[in-house]
Amino acid sequence: MRVVVGQGSCGIATGAKKTAAEFERLIAEKELDIEVGVTGCVGTCYLEPIVDIYDDEGELTRYVKVQPDKVEKIVEQHLMNHEPVEEDTISDEDKEFVGKQQRIVLRNCGVINPENIDDYIARDGYKAIEKVLRTMRPDDVIREIKASGLRGRGGAGFPTWFKWNACYRAPGVTKYLVCNADEGDPGAFMDRSVLEGDPHSLIEGMIIGGYAMGAVEGVIYCRAEYPLAIKRLEIAMSQAREKGYLGEDIMGSGFNFDISIKAGAGAFVCGEETALIASLEGERGMPRLKPPFPAQKGYWDKPTDINNVETLANVPWIIYNGGEAFGAYGTQKSKGTKVFALAGKISKGGLVEVPMGLTLKDVIYGIGGGIKKNRQFKAVQMGGPSGGCIPADLIDTPVTYEDINKTGAIVGSGGMIVMDEDTCMVDMARYFLNFTRDESCGKCNYCRIGTKRMLEILERITEGEGKEGDIELLEELANKIKDGSMCGLGQTAPNPVLTTLRYFRNEYEDHIFNKKCTAGSCKALITFNITDNCKGCTLCKKNCPVDAITGEVKEKHVIDHDKCIKCGKCIDSCKFEAIIKK
Amino acid sequence: MSDVSCNCNCEANRAAQFADLAPVLEEYAQKPGSLITILQKTQDIYGYLSIDAINYISEVTGIMPAKIYGVATFYAQFRLQPVGKNLIMLCQGTACHVNGSQLIEEAITEHLGIEDGQTTEDGVFTLNNVACLGCCSLAPVMMVKNAEGDETYGNLTKTKVKEILDEISARTEEVAG
Repeated sequence: MRVVVGQGSCGIATGAKKTAAEFERLIAEKELDIEVGVTGCVGTCYLEPIVDIYDDEGELTRYVKVQPDKVEKIVEQHLMNHEPVEEDTISDEDKEFVGKQQRIVLRNCGVINPENIDDYIARDGYKAIEKVLRTMRPDDVIREIKASGLRGRGGAGFPTWFKWNACYRAPGVTKYLVCNADEGDPGAFMDRSVLEGDPHSLIEGMIIGGYAMGAVEGVIYCRAEYPLAIKRLEIAMSQAREKGYLGEDIMGSGFNFDISIKAGAGAFVCGEETALIASLEGERGMPRLKPPFPAQKGYWDKPTDINNVETLANVPWIIYNGGEAFGAYGTQKSKGTKVFALAGKISKGGLVEVPMGLTLKDVIYGIGGGIKKNRQFKAVQMGGPSGGCIPADLIDTPVTYEDINKTGAIVGSGGMIVMDEDTCMVDMARYFLNFTRDESCGKCNYCRIGTKRMLEILERITEGEGKEGDIELLEELANKIKDGSMCGLGQTAPNPVLTTLRYFRNEYEDHIFNKKCTAGSCKALITFNITDNCKGCTLCKKNCPVDAITGEVKEKHVIDHDKCIKCGKCIDSCKFEAIIKK
Repeated sequence: MSDVSCNCNCEANRAAQFADLAPVLEEYAQKPGSLITILQKTQDIYGYLSIDAINYISEVTGIMPAKIYGVATFYAQFRLQPVGKNLIMLCQGTACHVNGSQLIEEAITEHLGIEDGQTTEDGVFTLNNVACLGCCSLAPVMMVKNAEGDETYGNLTKTKVKEILDEISARTEEVAG
């Protein structure tokens, strides 16, 4: 028997380490001969901590939300007496969360121990590189990737084979393959999950890519905010070197390739290729004009190819199973599967990998279980700060690069932030502009100053000081910033404003002309009121920091709006839902 | 005028002051493109980048202090001021924002009396707003970094965050004895 505890960052955040320690303690105490293993995130983040118990036949029982206090019963009943604790096992409904997916990138996440290369090898790991080195020439590999239709999973959706081919054909002996693991898009965490849960698939993908374009060195540019990912990558790389998959004369083929890791230092603009290269060289991460493209002149002025983690993690599967098998999933122009990070007001948040072409509804309701607390779905934000908000009436839009672009949003790296009626769309636009204002590198005037001006207008609107002409000014600035910026950050920075203006213009108008925030989110525009549900328990009165609430015991209380600072303490303390914001 | 060096022994003093940094500089000083790595490791050792440290790195590597300062101020990770024993990294990602990270920030500010970027007077906590920590399905989230390592806390509420901070505060006192 074997116990495996999911320990990605998200699992650990819910206490998975304590759960694992409790298993170890009890197993030692009861002198059982059972190993406690580690795995990455299976994607059902809303059920963490997750514990898998495999019996001697390899049959799996999955336990969910296993806090340390539940461990003793599982040890005594399941491990010692072979009787699963039914009430803590995963429900059939939750099983569907994974069951409905088609997992290629995430095929090993939450299944293997990411710190043990043998686990990866046992699941056909490093078979693709073996196939490549034994039977394929570099242009065969590129042709196979072309047949798969794989497009960059980091944001722009550029055909992967095209970039590989450009680097392959570029003259020069020294070439580099860079993996962009600087997952800066707030709301997306698929790359973290792959790095933490299946680092070998990325390493194998990079070796294959290196071979295809004639690179001898790979660099992984990883976010410093992902310490666990860096640790697991380092372990995986040293194991791959020991086994002869990485380093000189790989598998006796004469091909040399090694990988190093560079930790990013926190700059969203480094997702842009030329900025990333500047950062790798130890400079301020500021983009430069293209051409020359990195494939001609990149890292240390040598031909360089840059791919995202998810893109490269697809490669071993594609080579091993053939490009056509991958292309069989998805639509004609958007082939294969894509990982989406479901978060926000969704009932089942986590990572889902599905064939492209499913509708937003399939993903949000079919897999994600709809909105938390059965509230009304308002919009979904896709593509992070470069993307936009897609409203409820477009929920039947298929998730393909082309269809999502038509809505004004982008697929981006696959973050889907779901919003309900409590989310104010003007505030969302303000949030993203605040982000891009902070992250603008400052090189182009329109991006540096324009985003700041747009933010100032949005702040004014959310503070109830919006005035006539603000919307038009926002639109004018947005278009100028798009035209006047050199890199993708500036060119897409106005998108969150433009899409919310397109679909939720009435909310802007409500804020400006009626001084109302219908979502009840902008503090300056809401008031707190006590309804007839009030039982006169006095709790709100006691908790009010500014003595704005008056009323006698067992009588309805009243809020003095002149004194109220809208801190929300009364709502938090009320047990009868008698206080409302509007 | 053959010798312009001084007799105050400042060079030796500085080398002693930055003894912990010596192995880092030995490994990376001559490696092109390593400035960010050097700064990260310096910050790991001292908790922040002091002007003295920047000048010392400049002397050893030959990179101009202005350039080092330029890189240090470009990236969010680098700090030019000392931080408290526990660095609270409060996630401001989209999912956290939608799920009320602002309320959590208010609760921390109220509980500790510090705002984003500030350190408590007793030097126990520093609060930093950070971009997405990648634990979006547990939003709102924060990571606390201290001598013991990093710990991530998810599904925060105003009450929960205060309890966590009290617990960390008690543990820090215990360690300090």
